[in-house]
Amino acid sequence: MNSVLEIQNLETVLHTELRPVWAVDGLTLQIMKGETFALLGESGCGKSITALSIMRLLPEAGEIVGGSIRLGGEDLLLLPEAAMRNVRGKRIGMIFQEPMLSLNPVMTVAQQIGEVLQRHFDLRGQAAEKRIVQILDQVGIPDAASRMNEYPFQFSGGMKQRIMIAMALAGEPELLIADEPTTALDVTIQAQVLELMRGLQQQGGMAILLITHDLGVASEMAHRVGIMYAGEIVETASREAFFRGPAHPYSRKLLAALPGRDRRKQGHRLDAIRGNVPSLSREFVGCRFADRCDQAWELCHQVAPGWTALTGEQQVRCHLFNQNFGSKIVKPAVSGQAGAPATLDAESWEFESFPSAGTEQSTPDGSLLSVTDLKVYFPIHKGLMRRVAGYVKAVDGISLRIDRGKTLALVGESGCGKTTAGKAMLQLIPPTGGSVRYNGVELVGLERNRLRRLRGEFQLIFQDPYSSLNPRMRIIDIIEEGMNALGVEDDGKEPKEKRVDELLESVGLPAETKWRYPHEFSGGQRQRIAIARALAVNPKLIVCDEPTSALDVSVQAQILNLLRELQRNLGLGYLFITHNISVVEYIADEIAVMYLGRIVERGTVDEVLGSPRHPYTQALLSAVPVIELESKRKVIRLHGDLPSPANPPQGCHFHPRCSHVMPVCRKNYPGASIFSSTHTAHCYLYPQDEEQSDRKTQA
Amino acid sequence: MSFKPVILWTDALVYVLVAVIVIFAWQVRRHEHLLAPWRRVGHSASGMAALTILMFFIVIGLLDTIHLRPAIENGNGGSEAAYGVEVLSLLDLLATPLRTQVETTYSAPFATHLYARETVELPGGGQVREFPRLKFGGAHLQDPETQLFGDIATRAGTGAGLALLLWFLIATSVTAIVAHCRGERFVSTLSTIWQGITPVPWRAVFVTLALILLLGGAALALCSDYHILGTDKVGQDVFYQSLKSIRTGLLIGTLTTLMMLPFALLLGVAAGYFRGWVDDLIQYLYTTLSSIPGVLLIAATVLMMQVYMETHPELFDTIAARADLRLLFLCVILGVTSWTGLCRLLRGETLKLREMEYIQAAHAFGVSHWRIISRHIIPNVMHIVLITTVMDFSGLVLAEAVLSYVGVGVDPSTISFGTMINAARLEMAREPMVWWALFAAFTFMFALVLSANLFADAVQSAFDPRMKTLSALARTWRRKSIGKSA
Ligand SMILES: Nc1ncnc2c1ncn2[C@@H]1O[C@H](COP(=O)(O)OP(=O)(O)OP(=O)(O)O)[C@@H](O)[C@H]1O
Ligand code: SF4
Ligand code: SF4
Ligand SMILES: [Mg+2]
Repeated sequence: MNSVLEIQNLETVLHTELRPVWAVDGLTLQIMKGETFALLGESGCGKSITALSIMRLLPEAGEIVGGSIRLGGEDLLLLPEAAMRNVRGKRIGMIFQEPMLSLNPVMTVAQQIGEVLQRHFDLRGQAAEKRIVQILDQVGIPDAASRMNEYPFQFSGGMKQRIMIAMALAGEPELLIADEPTTALDVTIQAQVLELMRGLQQQGGMAILLITHDLGVASEMAHRVGIMYAGEIVETASREAFFRGPAHPYSRKLLAALPGRDRRKQGHRLDAIRGNVPSLSREFVGCRFADRCDQAWELCHQVAPGWTALTGEQQVRCHLFNQNFGSKIVKPAVSGQAGAPATLDAESWEFESFPSAGTEQSTPDGSLLSVTDLKVYFPIHKGLMRRVAGYVKAVDGISLRIDRGKTLALVGESGCGKTTAGKAMLQLIPPTGGSVRYNGVELVGLERNRLRRLRGEFQLIFQDPYSSLNPRMRIIDIIEEGMNALGVEDDGKEPKEKRVDELLESVGLPAETKWRYPHEFSGGQRQRIAIARALAVNPKLIVCDEPTSALDVSVQAQILNLLRELQRNLGLGYLFITHNISVVEYIADEIAVMYLGRIVERGTVDEVLGSPRHPYTQALLSAVPVIELESKRKVIRLHGDLPSPANPPQGCHFHPRCSHVMPVCRKNYPGASIFSSTHTAHCYLYPQDEEQSDRKTQA
Repeated sequence: MSFKPVILWTDALVYVLVAVIVIFAWQVRRHEHLLAPWRRVGHSASGMAALTILMFFIVIGLLDTIHLRPAIENGNGGSEAAYGVEVLSLLDLLATPLRTQVETTYSAPFATHLYARETVELPGGGQVREFPRLKFGGAHLQDPETQLFGDIATRAGTGAGLALLLWFLIATSVTAIVAHCRGERFVSTLSTIWQGITPVPWRAVFVTLALILLLGGAALALCSDYHILGTDKVGQDVFYQSLKSIRTGLLIGTLTTLMMLPFALLLGVAAGYFRGWVDDLIQYLYTTLSSIPGVLLIAATVLMMQVYMETHPELFDTIAARADLRLLFLCVILGVTSWTGLCRLLRGETLKLREMEYIQAAHAFGVSHWRIISRHIIPNVMHIVLITTVMDFSGLVLAEAVLSYVGVGVDPSTISFGTMINAARLEMAREPMVWWALFAAFTFMFALVLSANLFADAVQSAFDPRMKTLSALARTWRRKSIGKSA
């Protein structure tokens, strides 16, 4: 038998203030040599605790209370701590989610890797140095021999994650545990790191336990997948079998919750899973998914389902598949496409014909917000006298337009200036130059009082629902704050409290919740509260800054549904800032792709995603992991990282990473190339639009 | 006896402080998220034990805060009662024997004779130099040589016995209340308390309480007939001085904080929130201030104030009022020199908070700066203020001692740990050594500072947002209950 890791009935408890949390409850899995096992699940279902249990690195409150973890036949739980130290870093390597937090900032990279080599191989001096260079080369750090003596902060995020991988590999482990290794990275960097991991596995034949919540990543990397729900695995299957026909109702729902263009085309709501992940501190009777499962019947609430083997390696924990309860057998949907069963219960929507939103047209072109040549420069201060030594050109002349009831998506890598652009449009950051016209009114330079009166018209929803609500205020105070500040609903006809109730109900929360504090809500619920707060002042335009990136797929689906519904009913315009292409496909009408403070390509969703013109857009789209059974698409690999906006490359900003670079690209920034009335890009590969560049030079 | 209540400046501030604390506690009780960390404080054994000791100090301090001027019996029964110039506190009245039984000079703890030879007239004429009997200490004994030990033992025993009885009463009623709240039987609650597995560590509290009561009971029973900690140079009881020092120490520790809080809070939050030139100005201010040695600043101001007070004696109708004002000024000055640390902390925290998205959301609603500061920022920095205040307390008590020692502390007529130490230092060089004054000051201050520090530690770790782990004992208890439920 060549299984590397075998976990039997693992049970891990966290002793918290109030009640013990059974973070892992009877988990069983097996990983073979050279295999990648993807452990998939929503946040809080116990994935990370599983990984930490294997390493025996649980937090102080954690305790393994049952089961066995065998690494090559040896039970790790029986080893003394001293022996365990020889296992960690040597036989099992681990990569964490946050590369910034897992490297020691005061030690050079060589010292950190050297430590591992010395500990496990007793390598020192010259020999160690040679090996370090070798390992760093292996993970693709250019110029390893000289860069190994640098400190972690001198490397970019993607490089740091490579260094983490290098450290994990230094011990030549049999098993690599990667806990969300790419979640903190951009798609282009994620593609690099995933490719690296795949290559290393092929060379070394180690087993990988890949922990992720991203079905796309799992589909690209895994040989087998396990779906985890509330502390236990509910389905295991080979990758092909799983993505062809997921069996467990939860797995099916997860896949059906993924947004995408076809879902929008079909005019469907996303298939959100109702409710939330249950708290692991409660006791379960029966199936843990029963409260959220559409197919549940009495038995599910009474008896916990056991394992049922389906064809091949696929195993599932659900009563539906148990022959003994024959009356309720439903064949799992095997209809090829992921999420097929979902279409049955999804109601059809007529998205394009929302009612009367466009009636009060006060601008000639009907645009709600039009931005021209917006610039935000942050000064860099140097020296004792805080002299301005230069500028970070976070936003460097972008122009765009949002129409009533439409959604414009702004996409790009992190650090390209998306959020700054959004805040500058709402005048939360004073722009350095350019103009922002809302409904024909120029906002830049508007005096504070007049601007305050307009504030209600445009609102903002943030990425992190945990930091966007004041933890010390009740929900009702949070929602009323904006109403008070802007004097909304002060006519006394409708009491404010009633309005708060209505708002909460419109975002799908019961009215009683208004008396509670934010910490009592889950991430998705908090995001709903944030939406209700924004809606309280009757905005016409909402800037959504990655509103779903901190949320799970199933909750993301709920929020996206809600946003679309509100758009349909209220005719809201959205500026949707995101890096998630499948969300863009689902929700956006138009896309603007941003690179280093400028928009490089713009067009309708079909134009940009269907026929991307700019090399950066092409690379970005190809890097997005997708769920495809025969995934042999070509990833256009981008070299290096986003350059610093303080010092953008001369000419086309993208030229150091572009595979089509030409001499002219290094000289001047390309003008616009027009492909249709809506579709433009800035690249020398396409004929430049003379007229426009003329106009530009004149202005 | 008629009297006239006197409210000195510091008394007024103490009353304000007590009111603030009561209001704060009432607020906290109503808000679950505010209550949670305090509950964690309540679950810490060392913290609760320390609090028990602190409670005793606080009670003594409060008793010593209620001041009055007793009427003078001036015989003629005139229409207008005259009041003495001496301002007494409730503590002074309770400890009247201690206050009034003044010997002529040094005497050791539990001594019956003075510590210095004196020339005594013999009844039959002639003089001898001997150690005379004390006027009060052990005066009731016929033959001190033989009776002393037995008498002390019986009195201490009686006191301790009574204290034990009191302790028993308190412990029983607390247990009964706990049992009632948890809806359990008295006996089972008693056994869980005994095993030390209740969430609130009652066992630790009871043990501490027992120790304090035993010591206190014995001391009470003895102190009226003996000088249990000896007497000082002018024959005053050292035990009495130690009790009086408590209020001074507590005052310096709390009022100083009260003084510096407005500076630190306003300036720190303003600097962090407004940035720009406001920030530059405030930073400049506190960097300058904190680079001047604090002692110099304090010495200079105290001396200036002293001169002013001496040239304007008409401003104060009693000595106590003058000493009190000087104490208050000392608090103010200490406050002014010590706000920089907290200010710096608050500025940093505000810098972090102002980038929080909920503040940005408030900006997006056009909420005014003042409301953002008062509703969003201040509530979110309160835990830092609290932790710093509690942590600073013991430092300030010690600072007072050092300043009084250097001679720029409280008024010489105010009894404080500092003045006690200052007076005792010369006597350390005497042969035989007079050790008890220093010993008493040291013991009391040590107990106060140690319990304040332990309590501060408990508060700090309770407010630490990181995940709390349970103590080992409570954990096994949980495990048992897990075992039961699983
Ligand atoms: N130190 C801790 N103390 C107590 N409970 C914890 C601790 N760490 C995690 N938990 C709880 O344990 C459960 C599982 O957590 P875990 O981190 O394994 O989830 P996860 O599946 O990795 O989620 P994510 O996708 O968000 O990383 C959750 O209910 C979580 O709240
Ligand atoms: S056992 Fe019942 S409740 Fe659980 S997943 Fe299957 S059908 Fe749904
Ligand atoms: S202008 Fe040149 S460098 Fe820039 S994207 Fe086009 S081809 Fe590449
Ligand atoms: Mg995790």
